[in-house]
Amino acid sequence: MVETPGELSVETPSELKYVDTHEWIREEGGGVISIGITDYAQDSLGDVVYVELPEVGDQLEAGDEAGAVESVKAASDIYAPVSGEVVAFNEALEDAPEIINEFPYGDGWFFKMKMTDPAELDKLLSAEEYISSTEDDD
Amino acid sequence: MLSRTPLYSAHLKMAARMVDFGGWEMPLHYGSQIAEHHSVRRQCAMFDVSHMTIIDIKGEGASSYLGYLLANDTNKLAASRQALYSVMLNEEGGVIDDLMAYIIDDGFRLVLNSATRARDLEWMRAKASAFDVLIEERADLAMIAIQGPEAVTKVQTIVAEETGLLLGQLPRFSAMVIGDHHYARTGYTGEDGLEIMLPAQDAQTLWWQLHDAGVSPAGLGARDTLRLEAGLNLYGHEMDEHTSPLEANLAWTIAWQPEDRDFIGRRAVTAVRKQGVASKLVGVLMTERGVLRAQQKIYCAETEVSGVLTSGSFSPTLGYSIGLARMPVIAGDAGEVEIRGKRKPVRLLAPRFVRNGKALFD
Repeated sequence: MVETPGELSVETPSELKYVDTHEWIREEGGGVISIGITDYAQDSLGDVVYVELPEVGDQLEAGDEAGAVESVKAASDIYAPVSGEVVAFNEALEDAPEIINEFPYGDGWFFKMKMTDPAELDKLLSAEEYISSTEDDD
Repeated sequence: MLSRTPLYSAHLKMAARMVDFGGWEMPLHYGSQIAEHHSVRRQCAMFDVSHMTIIDIKGEGASSYLGYLLANDTNKLAASRQALYSVMLNEEGGVIDDLMAYIIDDGFRLVLNSATRARDLEWMRAKASAFDVLIEERADLAMIAIQGPEAVTKVQTIVAEETGLLLGQLPRFSAMVIGDHHYARTGYTGEDGLEIMLPAQDAQTLWWQLHDAGVSPAGLGARDTLRLEAGLNLYGHEMDEHTSPLEANLAWTIAWQPEDRDFIGRRAVTAVRKQGVASKLVGVLMTERGVLRAQQKIYCAETEVSGVLTSGSFSPTLGYSIGLARMPVIAGDAGEVEIRGKRKPVRLLAPRFVRNGKALFD
């Protein structure tokens, strides 16, 4: 099935960074970032029923597969937006993955990383740039 | 340009997420596919299934034509108002489509899949030359399915009292025509319910009456998880023109008697029956975390065979993943599925998971 463009009323907070594979990135201070999936992504996936998250201590390069999110409809891979070490993952998602649908930018965060090179953040997309990348999808 | 049903504007008003479904712009869900699924299992919900192909078969030769065209025998319908599920086979015994057949006043009505519409019509017309029949596509009809334990009582609140009484007495898997409305106590969800075929111009009225009576809409997403829990085949997944119905759990739909009824594909399917099938369709349960999907592979260590999932999804009723898989007949009852390079244990069992709101296995 192919989505047809509909009216989108999804949020894309301007204080976050993004990648075009639909992850958002929030700076938590001390070189640590948290990562989740965007409102646009959860809206496209529909009811999320399962997430696969990286483990604490995993060393990831930017673009590495870090996990997966599955809705009733489809599976989607999650990628590390920058290089670094996984320092935490959101255990609450194991029993209540639907949090991702309700609070994609809050309680629905996936995992946290300690960045190897904070300068990599400059390569990420702004909210505006991410929105225009999703418009290209349609 | 995608085709639209007469209920298209109603879906937009109800904030449906619309998708391209085989050339039709159809509602996938209206907010939550899982909530819609639960509505059908616990109360009821309504589906727009107007994209389905409705074809009336009329004329002196209608009965003998269908006796030739279909693997199940529409003569079983003659004395009753029962609905009949059948496959339409090709000469090689593969499934061209699956369909429902009903008796109407002056002939028969078939309801076929939408994705196979053009091919079905072409096949049916090509096979009709020796018969005195009229094959009439009913694009002027819409179809609304109301499914769930409360479906019939909800519909009774909005139809004429007389009609309501008749609907209450209509046995499961039977149908009746009242005026220009065709009511069938059938469905694709494993629940009680009705499928109503009616003039397209009346579809909006019925849809909003049902809405006002408290019936919520459900989309194609919930329709798929409901049929999967019920263990019902989906054309193009569990069967296609290269699949024998005997390898798709559909042996029960073939009317072998009378022996002199020469239906298309009979010779081929009889040969498979004599020889025995190599594979079967089984149900797959995975209580581990993750979701089964079509095309994933299943391995059975004990019997050293493997097979492939034809459908897979999350079962909202059970709370874990289920699927259907085509496996060698010797597969056994345990296996492993490979998901993103990792193997997870699965149980193989009869392909029926949920009926009438309840799990069907221990």
